[in-house]
Amino acid sequence: MTRKKSNPLLRTRRPLLPPGARSRSAHLLTAAAARGDFVLPCCAGCGRFLWPMAEGCPACLSEVGVKAAPQGARVISATTAEVPAAPYFRERAPWRVGLVQMEAGPQAVVHLHPAAQAGDKVVLRLVLDRAGQAVLNAGPEGGEMSDPQWQAMVADPRDRRVLITDARHVCALPLAQGLAKAGAVTIHCGLPEAWKPFPGRAALQAVPGVRIVPLDVISDRSVADAATDMAGRVEIVVNTADLPRPGGLLGPVAQVEARAMAETVQMGLLRLARAFGPALAGRGADGDKGGVAWVNVLSVFARAHPPGWAGYAAAHAAALALSHALRADLAAGGVRLVTVLTGPTEDGWFQTVDPPKVTARALADAILKALTNGLEEVAVGDVAKDLLARLEENPKAVERELAQGGLTG
Amino acid sequence: MSVLKALVQALGSGGVRVVDLTQTLSEDFPTIVLPPEFGPSAPVRIERISRYDAAGPAWYWNNLSFGEHTGTHFDAPAHWFTGRDRPLGTVDTLPVGHMVAPACVIDCSAGSAADDDFLLTREMVEAWEAEHGLVPDGAWVLMRSDWSKRTGADYANLRDDGAHTPGPDAGCIRWLVEERGILGFGTETIGTDAGQGGHFDPPFPAHHFLHGAGRYGLQCLTNLHLLPPVGAVLMTAPLKVHEGSGSPLRVLAMVEDNA
Repeated sequence: MTRKKSNPLLRTRRPLLPPGARSRSAHLLTAAAARGDFVLPCCAGCGRFLWPMAEGCPACLSEVGVKAAPQGARVISATTAEVPAAPYFRERAPWRVGLVQMEAGPQAVVHLHPAAQAGDKVVLRLVLDRAGQAVLNAGPEGGEMSDPQWQAMVADPRDRRVLITDARHVCALPLAQGLAKAGAVTIHCGLPEAWKPFPGRAALQAVPGVRIVPLDVISDRSVADAATDMAGRVEIVVNTADLPRPGGLLGPVAQVEARAMAETVQMGLLRLARAFGPALAGRGADGDKGGVAWVNVLSVFARAHPPGWAGYAAAHAAALALSHALRADLAAGGVRLVTVLTGPTEDGWFQTVDPPKVTARALADAILKALTNGLEEVAVGDVAKDLLARLEENPKAVERELAQGGLTG
Repeated sequence: MSVLKALVQALGSGGVRVVDLTQTLSEDFPTIVLPPEFGPSAPVRIERISRYDAAGPAWYWNNLSFGEHTGTHFDAPAHWFTGRDRPLGTVDTLPVGHMVAPACVIDCSAGSAADDDFLLTREMVEAWEAEHGLVPDGAWVLMRSDWSKRTGADYANLRDDGAHTPGPDAGCIRWLVEERGILGFGTETIGTDAGQGGHFDPPFPAHHFLHGAGRYGLQCLTNLHLLPPVGAVLMTAPLKVHEGSGSPLRVLAMVEDNA
């Protein structure tokens, strides 16, 4: 284990955040950064790119939106802030900043990779900082992970301890394998209903760092017991608790199953949040490898609700709604809540759903990428991406098409 | 001396002991597992309202939720289709006089230890009767398997083809009901039927014959090894659930020391 143990005699550093105020328009950039898209403010009239965000185009006064832009830039000048004014940066000084000339046109002051010098070509990324606001980060192509400033903005599993809340989830094994490969030191995997057979036990236990622990998110006591052991000792929570049960509202077992799904997906998240959230948020600045992320693995049915999955969609929609409250609570500690919306997975419960379906490996890879790239909103699989795009475009059409038998349960 | 006065004296002196045959109603105790196309039972859940804290500074209480057939529980005749037309077939209507009754305990622990699918047969009961006398009319028959000494996965004992736990065979339970007039049948396992009882003829014969005749079931019992083969008196009062098919309950046995 390479993780350094903390000194219990010293005060745990309290989380501070970088300056967080943004205009409403600037949250167009927040949305793009949350998805990992690179966009810049762009005038709807004259088409020129701008930086920073403006309420109107300085050239033609037209409305300003955002648009995908080239990520290349050249460093005009670089400097190192040894004693920054903002307490967040002062704690992390020296902090490297630079002025860059973007290929898209504007100039910007950016967070700069320590190796980049004036005149160097760099790649720009729009990333969410610890306050959850979009900022520009510049570095050499592929050089992000060697950049301590980038590391302060993303949720790298390296040297961190992770809790996967449901080891029975289809993605639990590849996720644990991916986390181990990414350098996570301990991967707690919660096992609900330990009295039922768990065929995946041997494969999961073979993953370095994996520790299978009893955890049933539908039990207050089980969650509380797990938190007693682990809440102060995990830096990333990946909530995989799920109970996919197909069926419409009028099916013979719909009511019983809807309650069971709500208990697992919605109330399970609530229990986990109450038990693990405070300690995770409180340890957001506990050394370089403090609490950093909470990932909710939810179904895209949280946003688009096929009638053939009535109870399941309702449970996930409720969890998505709850997750916004959790996001706000975790944000105080600079801990990111990541929403992963997946399409139907290669799981027996989605047997009757037409392909393409999301493989366990693809879902695990998407979760890992979200952590290492600092994302906040992730859609996994063609079905999820398509549904979300169509919802943006015409939500009523999505509703009608799903009502006509789309994604039959 | 009146009977009750004598009983109270015996309870006070220890001449009559009360044995708890109940598993603790807890969240991680296994429940029956059905194929998923059928509606599942809700598990036992205990949600704290307050415990001398901000939600209730001076008091402690919980919200409970559970299926009727969780933990140590009682099966009423209405639980099975064969008993659906029996009068007084739900727990709110069943005669209270039936809630105190004698018990015969048949020790199947050796057989159950050797074979997870051990079946109690009529011949075994007849052999027991040769030693302890006929099973009296209106008595509980309790199948001691020591299964309650197992926990977790060993207790549920689920495999690819379902649960493997001991129980009565179809002929035995039919004979007990029809020829011995038993009040009910009790087990230490999750059901009154064997784990593979769904494959018997008829399926789930204990449920079929007991409830069809208006008799009862008790399951998830414990401490049966503390009871004598005959002489114990059971107190089995299920919750008075409106039209309930069963309920978790506290099962107590009174045992005379010289029994």
